[in-house]
Amino acid sequence: MKNGVNGVALGVFIFFFLAVTVMGFLAARWRRAENEHSLDEWGLGGRSFGTWVTWFLLGGDLYTAYTFVAVPAAVYAAGASGFFAVPYTILVYPLIFTFLPRLWSVSHRHGYVTTSDFVRGRFGSKGLSLAVALTGILATMPYIALQLVGIQAVLDVMGVGGGDNTNWFVKDLPLLIAFGVLAAYTYSSGLRAPALIAFVKDTLIYIVIAVAIIYIPIKLGGFDDVFAKAGHALSQVNPATGKPRGALAPPEAGQWTYATLALGSALALFMYPHSITATLSSRSREVIRRNTTILPLYSLMLGLLALLGFMAIAAGVKVTNGQLAIPQLFEDMFPDWFAGVAFAAIGIGALVPAAIMSIAAANLFTRNIYKDFIKPDATPKQEAQVSKFVSLLVKVGALVFVLTMDKTVAINFQLLGGIWILQTFPALVGGLFTRWFHRWALLAGWAVGMVYGTVAAYGVASPTQKHFGGSAKEIPGIGEIGYIGLTAFVLNVAVAVVLTFVLKAVKAPEGVDETSPEDYTADAGDPGVQVELPPATAGAGH
Amino acid sequence: MSETPEVRPPVVTPARVIIALCLVAPFVAMLWVGSYAKADPAFIGIPFFYWYQMLWVLISTALTVTAYQLWQRDQRGRASRKGGETK
Repeated sequence: MKNGVNGVALGVFIFFFLAVTVMGFLAARWRRAENEHSLDEWGLGGRSFGTWVTWFLLGGDLYTAYTFVAVPAAVYAAGASGFFAVPYTILVYPLIFTFLPRLWSVSHRHGYVTTSDFVRGRFGSKGLSLAVALTGILATMPYIALQLVGIQAVLDVMGVGGGDNTNWFVKDLPLLIAFGVLAAYTYSSGLRAPALIAFVKDTLIYIVIAVAIIYIPIKLGGFDDVFAKAGHALSQVNPATGKPRGALAPPEAGQWTYATLALGSALALFMYPHSITATLSSRSREVIRRNTTILPLYSLMLGLLALLGFMAIAAGVKVTNGQLAIPQLFEDMFPDWFAGVAFAAIGIGALVPAAIMSIAAANLFTRNIYKDFIKPDATPKQEAQVSKFVSLLVKVGALVFVLTMDKTVAINFQLLGGIWILQTFPALVGGLFTRWFHRWALLAGWAVGMVYGTVAAYGVASPTQKHFGGSAKEIPGIGEIGYIGLTAFVLNVAVAVVLTFVLKAVKAPEGVDETSPEDYTADAGDPGVQVELPPATAGAGH
Repeated sequence: MSETPEVRPPVVTPARVIIALCLVAPFVAMLWVGSYAKADPAFIGIPFFYWYQMLWVLISTALTVTAYQLWQRDQRGRASRKGGETK
């Protein structure tokens, strides 16, 4: 590890950071609509994005800085088992192909801004809608915090703010500045800011990956050497556990874990509020379907990125904190100026999702807590105001979280967040296809899944942690090790199905469904879709 | 939905079966980890496990594109049939 500040890399980093800051503020003027002060404008970019903007926005949103740091870090730490991120993202797209267009259509017909809006409209249940909203906010908060961890990793490697002997204020100042700027342009420009910045972020990322995947193996003597060295390093027995560090292909025992993690994560991804926010901002139903055919380009990039984990092993990168493995690899391998580009890519990669996530969490609060429970007659302008304010609050919360608590806390909560958010799947996706489920049964299933998932995750120990040591545990009744989120999800569905039968038998009140079957297939241009857009929140008056 | 037109096209058509297969195939391939959890044959030095999954990124993309185009044709067909009746 080089000591001191890497001046050239830092200069390049600051240049890109300033550039996106200017873009972030200018974004407010981009495609400005006549009706500026509404949640549709601020929180969904006027629902006007076409195929390419949506592609960049979704890509910028889903493949976060944390992903760039954590996926190769997992491969660096354990080999094959960290590669599950690739099948996971492969499975996401055929999956969302089936249900996301339906969500888009019904949301446009009724002016829904969040998934909870839909759940409330479909099942006529504020309780279920509140459960979905709270789960979304809870799962998003640690995710935002982890974006900060991503920026911190980059700053550490550049020699900024690192070192234990500097006082906390100097140490955290760069992070505070980065987040202050982010908060300011999100506040003024809303979803348009990350949409515009995503162009820069993804372009940088693609350039960095393309260069890294060609340049680094050449320097290391080709992929043969990389994998030979990595295979050797992974087979070393770890004295703490008495087992090898990992393997180049998952052993028989790890295959269930691999598959359930891939499937569970794929099911969960589009339950996250920030994924839905980016989806609903698109102009038409077709934009979403078309995007499922071009988004896999990011999966390819993710796969290449994961391979960098092996290169870090082969290059002999030694870090105590696995999260620093990839930034350190870049610093060791690249000339300073290009390392700066790579760090800028990761840093900006944190800003885009952090902005979208805070907007998404703020929308959930405004629509499903503030409007539903506190001030039912809020005007669109008031909604936008509250949302802007809450987006600030959410970011400050995440910042405090990262600065005051250990990083592992954020990572633990992120792990739990994934398990939790998956428990909203039956209400949301189930609701998109059928009204068969009873609202109370869905609520009970959600509760069972949440409790089981939390308790099970709490009980997982690892050599370094007593609790939350991992996301996989023995599946009751099968005996294999599987992803806790998926087990909780199966329990959730089972409870929902059984209770639906029971509740229907006793004729419990079903609640009013404000949607009709045609709503789920409506497209832009159909009657009732475009017309309802400008006031947007009209649908919420029910 | 109760006033279903008499000549409503069937819900299950050969095209729709193909669409479903295109969308289900990646799940079968990726969740059957045992079928690809091995190092050989390697490709330019990359073990089978890794290049095979990366290859599936491309295969699943091709399958989703196929599904998308079949679906569009299906919808256009239905829309024109419906339009012909009501207009």
